[in-house]
Amino acid sequence: MAKDSKLILDPLTDNNPITIQVLGICSALAITAELEASIVMSISVLFVMGVGNVVISLMRNIIPSKIRIIAQLIVVATLVIIVDQVLKAYAYELSKTLGAFVGLIITNCIIMGRFEAFALGNGPWRSFLDGIGNALGYAIILIIVGFFRELLGSGTLLGIEILGDPVAKTGLYAYGYENNGFMLLSPMALIVVGIIIWVQRSRNKALIED
Amino acid sequence: MSLKNKLHNIKEKYKGKKMAPAFNALHTFLYLPNETTHGGTHVKAADDLKRTMNIVIIALVPCLIFGIFNAGYQHYLATGAIEASNGFLGGTFWTFDNLIHGAWKVLPLVIVSYGVGLAVEFLFAVIKGHEVEEGYLVTGMLVPLIVPVDIPLWMLAVAVIFGVVIGKEVFGGTGMNILNPALTIRAFLFFAYPTWMSGDKVWVSEAVERAGTADAISGETLLGAYAQNNTLPGVDVWDMFWGLIPGSIGETSKFLIIIGALFLIFTKIGSWRIMLSTVIGALVMGLIFNGVVDAGWISDSSKFYGLMSVPFWQHLIIGSVLFGAVYMATDPVTAAQTNKGKWIYGFLIGFISIMIRVFNPAYPEGVFLAILLMNVFAPTIDHYVIQGNVKKRMKRLKVKTA
Repeated sequence: MAKDSKLILDPLTDNNPITIQVLGICSALAITAELEASIVMSISVLFVMGVGNVVISLMRNIIPSKIRIIAQLIVVATLVIIVDQVLKAYAYELSKTLGAFVGLIITNCIIMGRFEAFALGNGPWRSFLDGIGNALGYAIILIIVGFFRELLGSGTLLGIEILGDPVAKTGLYAYGYENNGFMLLSPMALIVVGIIIWVQRSRNKALIED
Repeated sequence: MSLKNKLHNIKEKYKGKKMAPAFNALHTFLYLPNETTHGGTHVKAADDLKRTMNIVIIALVPCLIFGIFNAGYQHYLATGAIEASNGFLGGTFWTFDNLIHGAWKVLPLVIVSYGVGLAVEFLFAVIKGHEVEEGYLVTGMLVPLIVPVDIPLWMLAVAVIFGVVIGKEVFGGTGMNILNPALTIRAFLFFAYPTWMSGDKVWVSEAVERAGTADAISGETLLGAYAQNNTLPGVDVWDMFWGLIPGSIGETSKFLIIIGALFLIFTKIGSWRIMLSTVIGALVMGLIFNGVVDAGWISDSSKFYGLMSVPFWQHLIIGSVLFGAVYMATDPVTAAQTNKGKWIYGFLIGFISIMIRVFNPAYPEGVFLAILLMNVFAPTIDHYVIQGNVKKRMKRLKVKTA
């Protein structure tokens, strides 16, 4: 259905949770120094949002509206703990890099925002699509930022040395190239996100607010 | 037909075309434009933005020339080819060898700074269809003066692109920027390539290439040495004042900076309030640290002892506080606008500069960080100064009417 596909496609472009709604910025700045961390974070959020939206949507008629935030928190917390335990079991090194940020998925504004704005008022299938769409919108930005930060900051991608060996001076490093240490610091992540926002809005003038 | 008329004719021909802003920029750099303001009476003054910028550049030229000679002098001094110069006019300083070596190192930096920066400016002007603004003329001159002499050219080019685009163009170009673009460029270099911007190798030309070989030379600045509780041998206070010490290219000669400052104050381009209050701020912080040392609160084994025990007035001549105060803090766009605000703004720049210098031995020069920080706070300072004034007047009004 055309309407359903909009649920997935919109958050990828013109209603992107990071670049348009400017939500979920903290984790986008904190963990994108490496592409691998960005991808794992994206998958975690994808899982939490997809399942969380369905669960909230199924329970939407029995949650009293006065305590709905607590009910939402419990759902997210449960899912995040599952993700955290799985990461610790199968990717221990990575879960150490991500550190508190897996736990902090609970406070990711995108998730609570979609629960409130969408899952509480829509059926499970549409909520599922909405969750997946927004998580993918989040993931696409994380992966773009992670790609540039790791490539320019460490000269690697997913840990593989793309530009040569900085110590042995091979590849680009033989010509005097050096890694940009600023890329590894969080301010540069903010600037990269800013540049993405800039490019997106200058391509689509309708997105520019006053 | 004179060149001036020819240029005017070409301008008419290209009016409305895409390349018009690029041509107009060159045209108005040389001559006043042939168009006049329409209707009504206007304030008549010859000091438009370009003339203002040119005066700052003139004030910077002595620093640049000195920096060129100093680059060569420090190199030959460190390699042992020449004796230490005896004072400002010493025989081994103003030599042809120093000039050649320095020019070979410094002029490429100037060319890259202007070439890349102006290319970005022209590009934005052509895309956005506005006139090229003159803001980069001063920035382009400042940038080579505040970097170490051995910085690789491609790094400078990357930093200039970053500084002009992120520091200025995204905010709307000259006059709209929050941060000083030249300092944004330096901050970018500092955080992106710290090994080329700090440490004990980069400040004397070719010290990096010689490191680890039998010909190794020290490329340390005075601040770097003080931060490690050392001093540099054979450097006295007058050397610091005349500028015969290693450092960023243009900031070493306090003597020429003071002349530049007087020139800027005399032509009413630079704000004497900011310059003076920055110096006062630095002196106050220096005095506080001296007091801490005198009171015996820290021992000489403390890692802060080296810089804290420096006599307070020497803080002005060992680093780049003066250069920052005269050429950077006074940038009319990013500084505070109100007179009272200027005093607060300048004082805090000096105060924080010395604080960063002492407390963070990893970053012995805190001036650029202090100025960037206060750039961010300048609008807030102005806001409270204006609100305070409004309140005072309201009170006076009440007293009168009551």
